[in-house]
Amino acid sequence: MKRKMYEIVGRILLYGCTGLTVGLLLFIIGYIIIMGVGGISWSFLTTSESVIKGTIGILPAIKNTLFVIAVSLLISLPLGVGAAVYLTEYAKNKRFVAAVEFASETLAGIPSIIYALVGVIIFCTALKLQKTLLAGSLTLVIMILPTIIRSTQESLKTVPQSYREGALGLGSGKWHMIRTVVLPSSVDGIVTGCILAVGRVIGESAVLMYTAGMSMAMQDFSIDRLSGASGATLTVALYHYAKENADFSTAFSIATVLLILTVIINFSAGFLGKKLKRS
Amino acid sequence: MQLLFTLCGLAAVGFVLLITVYLVISGIPAIQKIGLFNFLFGETWAASQDQYGILPLILTSVYGTAGAVVIGVPIGFFTAVFLAKVAPKKVANVIRPAISLLAGIPSVVYGLVGMCVLVPALRDWLNLPAGDSLLAAIIVLAVMILPSIISLSETALVAVPKEYEEASLALGATKLETYFRICAPAAKSGIAAAVVLGIGRAIGEAMAIMMVAGNVANMPSLTRSVRFLTTGISIELNYSQDGSLQRQALFSIGLVLFLFIMMINAFLNLILKREKER
Repeated sequence: MKRKMYEIVGRILLYGCTGLTVGLLLFIIGYIIIMGVGGISWSFLTTSESVIKGTIGILPAIKNTLFVIAVSLLISLPLGVGAAVYLTEYAKNKRFVAAVEFASETLAGIPSIIYALVGVIIFCTALKLQKTLLAGSLTLVIMILPTIIRSTQESLKTVPQSYREGALGLGSGKWHMIRTVVLPSSVDGIVTGCILAVGRVIGESAVLMYTAGMSMAMQDFSIDRLSGASGATLTVALYHYAKENADFSTAFSIATVLLILTVIINFSAGFLGKKLKRS
Repeated sequence: MQLLFTLCGLAAVGFVLLITVYLVISGIPAIQKIGLFNFLFGETWAASQDQYGILPLILTSVYGTAGAVVIGVPIGFFTAVFLAKVAPKKVANVIRPAISLLAGIPSVVYGLVGMCVLVPALRDWLNLPAGDSLLAAIIVLAVMILPSIISLSETALVAVPKEYEEASLALGATKLETYFRICAPAAKSGIAAAVVLGIGRAIGEAMAIMMVAGNVANMPSLTRSVRFLTTGISIELNYSQDGSLQRQALFSIGLVLFLFIMMINAFLNLILKREKER
């Protein structure tokens, strides 16, 4: 009798909790899409907010987001891949490797509000960048670095040792071997790392809110003004509309856009990782 | 070339040092002016009266995190057992990416849904004047830590040697008894790591709870508006004057939060290391 109860209660808990998790997910996604999809139109995506015309558009936020992604990846990618190459190919001192890995884990564990503070203290104030997209991007460089290091490192480790020996045996130098043999065969990990990093940047709000500004106006992205551009990315715009304007329909439309981006990123990370690996 | 790569490796270490040094340097002055005891154990945070006590913030963060763990861990654990052991492969292959999607949703989106669904619902159910409360924040945090708890626990459960299970089944235990009494204890350090990771996530979250917790620096109570350590920083960071005691006090909160996180991370690394050695 007792055993039967155990069985029944156990099953209820297992199915109930899984049902709850899946139900929550479906509810959240469904709710966002139902509330937000109506507000999405071509002009919503391709114009900026205009009080005179009474229209709302998120093009500036999209451009700001792309800018932040581009700048932070441009710096973090070489740095992260370089660090991973050093750790797997060059490093001989075990202590030093442990220190770098510990540092990378620490960076991954620091919450974004601390990065926001660090960005405000270091980039906005000490380096006098003010609240600009550039300051925000530089802060994000530190934040996404561990993602790129880890993903690259894991894929470097799977490159068979015989590849390296083969290249060296044919008379290649170390750098030549890394460039022509090791890196090309670990491109799947590097790409996956980049996609995950892009996902983190798109989803980040706290850092950018305090280091990159909250303006919804179109920024001047011409080369000589680039460092002065300052404005809201998609997530910050969402916060701005929801919390400060109480304009929930726009907020949900932005949430729908973010949700679609998240789905694309999740699937492309898995898909590209597998696809590149095979070829 | 080697030098260049070494520098890249050093960059990560350099960033950690930079962050630590800057947080300490900017966090110390306010603590010195206010006094360590008054800062940590003062019960009032009111910038207008120059009172900066963060006890309500610390307690709120601790209670909020504990609440999220109490709700999130059991749900996550049972879901993980289901995915690892019970679910047919096809079902698990549908649920798993769905859960990783849950992990990828930006925190402001959780905040938005919490603000529009959870907060009004709590207000109506509990007859509160406003639904922005510790309870709302706990529920949002519980949902947000679910994915990491599920995926880490599942990995730990899958790694349990098949022989353990087979032996238990051969001795006459039912499948469920085997999962709960054999697999779960065998995977306990992995599950512990999942819980600690969840604690770290919950204590560091700012944006989502800023949108549902009301942000008044009250002593924590489930139905009242509260302010966490994280939201204590975020709510005033844009409005405080550069160089003022208020802003310096925000940096000091940052330092306290940083110390909390470092302790949790150290603990997590300890668990993972022991797991690796086994």
